[in-house]
Amino acid sequence: MINTDICIIGAGPVGLFAVFEAGLLKMRCHLIDALPVVGGQLAEIYPQKPIYDIPGAPAIIAEDLVNNLMKQIEEFKPGFTLGERVEALEKQADGSYIVRTNEGTDVHCQVVVIAAGLGSFEPRKPAVEQLEYFEGKGVHYMVKKPEQFRGRNVVLAGGGDSALDWTIFLADIASRVTLVHRGDTFRGAPDSAEKVYDLAGKGKIDLILQAQVNKLGGNGVLKEVSILGNDKSVTTIPTDDFIPLFGLSPKLGPIADWNLGVEKSAVIVDTFDYSTNVERIYAIGDINTYPGKLKLILCGFHEAAIMMQSAFKYVYPDQKLSFKYTTVNGVNPF
Amino acid sequence: MINIFIENDLGERQALEVPTDMGFNLMEILKAYEYDIQATCGGMALCATCHIEVLEGKEKLPESNDQELDTLDTLPNADANSRLSCQLRPSDEMDGLVFRLKALQEA
Repeated sequence: MINTDICIIGAGPVGLFAVFEAGLLKMRCHLIDALPVVGGQLAEIYPQKPIYDIPGAPAIIAEDLVNNLMKQIEEFKPGFTLGERVEALEKQADGSYIVRTNEGTDVHCQVVVIAAGLGSFEPRKPAVEQLEYFEGKGVHYMVKKPEQFRGRNVVLAGGGDSALDWTIFLADIASRVTLVHRGDTFRGAPDSAEKVYDLAGKGKIDLILQAQVNKLGGNGVLKEVSILGNDKSVTTIPTDDFIPLFGLSPKLGPIADWNLGVEKSAVIVDTFDYSTNVERIYAIGDINTYPGKLKLILCGFHEAAIMMQSAFKYVYPDQKLSFKYTTVNGVNPF
Repeated sequence: MINIFIENDLGERQALEVPTDMGFNLMEILKAYEYDIQATCGGMALCATCHIEVLEGKEKLPESNDQELDTLDTLPNADANSRLSCQLRPSDEMDGLVFRLKALQEA
């Protein structure tokens, strides 16, 4: 079990900066994010885009902002659990919480901060018959351990960078790789697309364009996929695994089940301290809502500062909080 | 002002009055009409939550730019009639356009 003062759900810019505000008050944090990297929407949706409304930064590339935040919080030594989604919050007898993820990671904390943005990024599922039935029995939405595909027949579907990159990578591991794409060209990185055509030309992979996987079949485990061409032709090929890679989109998910006040997929908070209706649970950044809320990173930063002052009483119930400026006090690393 | 039409799953069409001179894109107008469009990326053609299927009037629309095509290509259910509404600016040529909100079916 991981023990910390504050468990932050979401490692986007607001979750990351919250670590700094907590650190100034000598509170330790552990962050959990469904993505395998930090940065949230900035990392997943627009890493290369310049952002113009971060105070003090006339123009900053999104991934640079994330890197700067990671540098800013480094001395407060936050812990990270990435690639796992928080499923449940379990209140303990003394008021503290255990935060549980979908992979069985448990984090014990005094305070829970939901900085989940628009929800956890979940894979987009294509309309394929029996897709959900074969989840865990041959269908994978991400490649976490490439070695598990060694010597197997794999069918990938998709036309973006993810599909191209994994096709290239698995070509050397799987016994047979087939990539199925709806279009007739790839719009991903030209180098990757070229490599895929090259592999197909050499017969190292099978490339099926202008077609989509529309049905899965098998007896208890996946055995074959049906592929429907844009010309309505149908092909069936045997396979052990099917990996649809159609990007990620955010979903509120388990947050809706925690008895919090939720309105239009956002958690209602009190602007006094950005607390939710459940004691010791706060919500900051895009995930919260209140009259006048703006979904801006800078608003999330402000909410983090205020919220941490309130959280102090749960972490240090016997101490008196005294407000200090970093210019006077400096920043005291852990 | 122009009129464009949204068709729902039952084939019913709702007319929307849309200003052409206020600098809004179609995604912003749909949000103003309270359609549940997440608009995660705010209009950068990156998140595809504003995905629409054009039923009538597609030929009157300007061509998609590369970013829009890249994003549409990653979707499991985009087809030749797919557009991202954040990339469309209402103009007189768009009067009478009919479309479906495809993004909501992906939820």
